[in-house]
Amino acid sequence: MSETSKPEEKPYGVSIRGYISVLLIGAYLGILFVKSEVASWQRIHDMFLFREAHMYLIISLAIIVAMISMLVIKRLGVRSVDGKPITYKPKPYHTGVIIGGMLFGAGWAITGACPGPVYAQVGAGEWMALFTLGGAMLGMFGYAALKPRLPH
Amino acid sequence: MDWIIQPWPWWISGILIGLTVPLLFILVGKSFGISTSLQQAGAMCAPNSKLEYLSKHDRRANLWTIVFAIGIAAGAFIATRFLSNEPVEFLPESFKTPRGGIKLLIGGFLIGFGTRYAGGCTSGHSITGISNLNWPSLVATIFFFVGGLAVTWGLGHLIF
Repeated sequence: MSETSKPEEKPYGVSIRGYISVLLIGAYLGILFVKSEVASWQRIHDMFLFREAHMYLIISLAIIVAMISMLVIKRLGVRSVDGKPITYKPKPYHTGVIIGGMLFGAGWAITGACPGPVYAQVGAGEWMALFTLGGAMLGMFGYAALKPRLPH
Repeated sequence: MDWIIQPWPWWISGILIGLTVPLLFILVGKSFGISTSLQQAGAMCAPNSKLEYLSKHDRRANLWTIVFAIGIAAGAFIATRFLSNEPVEFLPESFKTPRGGIKLLIGGFLIGFGTRYAGGCTSGHSITGISNLNWPSLVATIFFFVGGLAVTWGLGHLIF
């Protein structure tokens, strides 16, 4: 199977409390994207030019912290607040991981933003980022249209 | 309180961004990933589309991704208005032209197409995927950098 964002095995919506948590975690992340300057074009450009380690350090440390968190969650059998077991659904390998990955990387380098920081830029009032967001929606529709014909 | 106003050091940022993964799993039961919100937005705009990618998308199970995107935008607003002294520069002046807008539109297209074809972006693949030892996510991340480095070093003189 190639679809990565199809319904989860037991699809369920999110409770009102869950949506409030999502909103707050989103705001937490939005603040971080601005204050870490991950949402600044120059930081991304300097990352790809190997001018500074800032972005590499942030991404690596975020991965390490997330990895330790997942180990602790699995070791202690931590459940979500609504009592469900926490399971990661692996994203599968297919050709798109390589081709799509490269295309996204190119877009990341041009715009200086990955999807999260695009929302952060728009929210912060950087209206030019609406071009990035509009382009991303067009790209998503483009993929939706071409998906049956692309190798997966 | 001056440190809040300054840009935050990489280690605070890295730790706190990494904690998004357990926070979302524990408080909401969801796996951290942002680019699914694009598909969700598309599916909400065109629920009866002939394209299965949109019509077969579970809009209920993924509605949280839109709320998450709104939260990110709100947080960024708070950070720029209340937690920063000087205006925060997101895009250089050279992008604030019609030519810049076209560049952003094309780059944005590559982001939307690429993340959806690859099945994730920096959050879903690089942070959540790698931290869960999912090897395709490592492959994806390597190719994010292959694409980004190729454009920056190969076409940089044309684009920037």
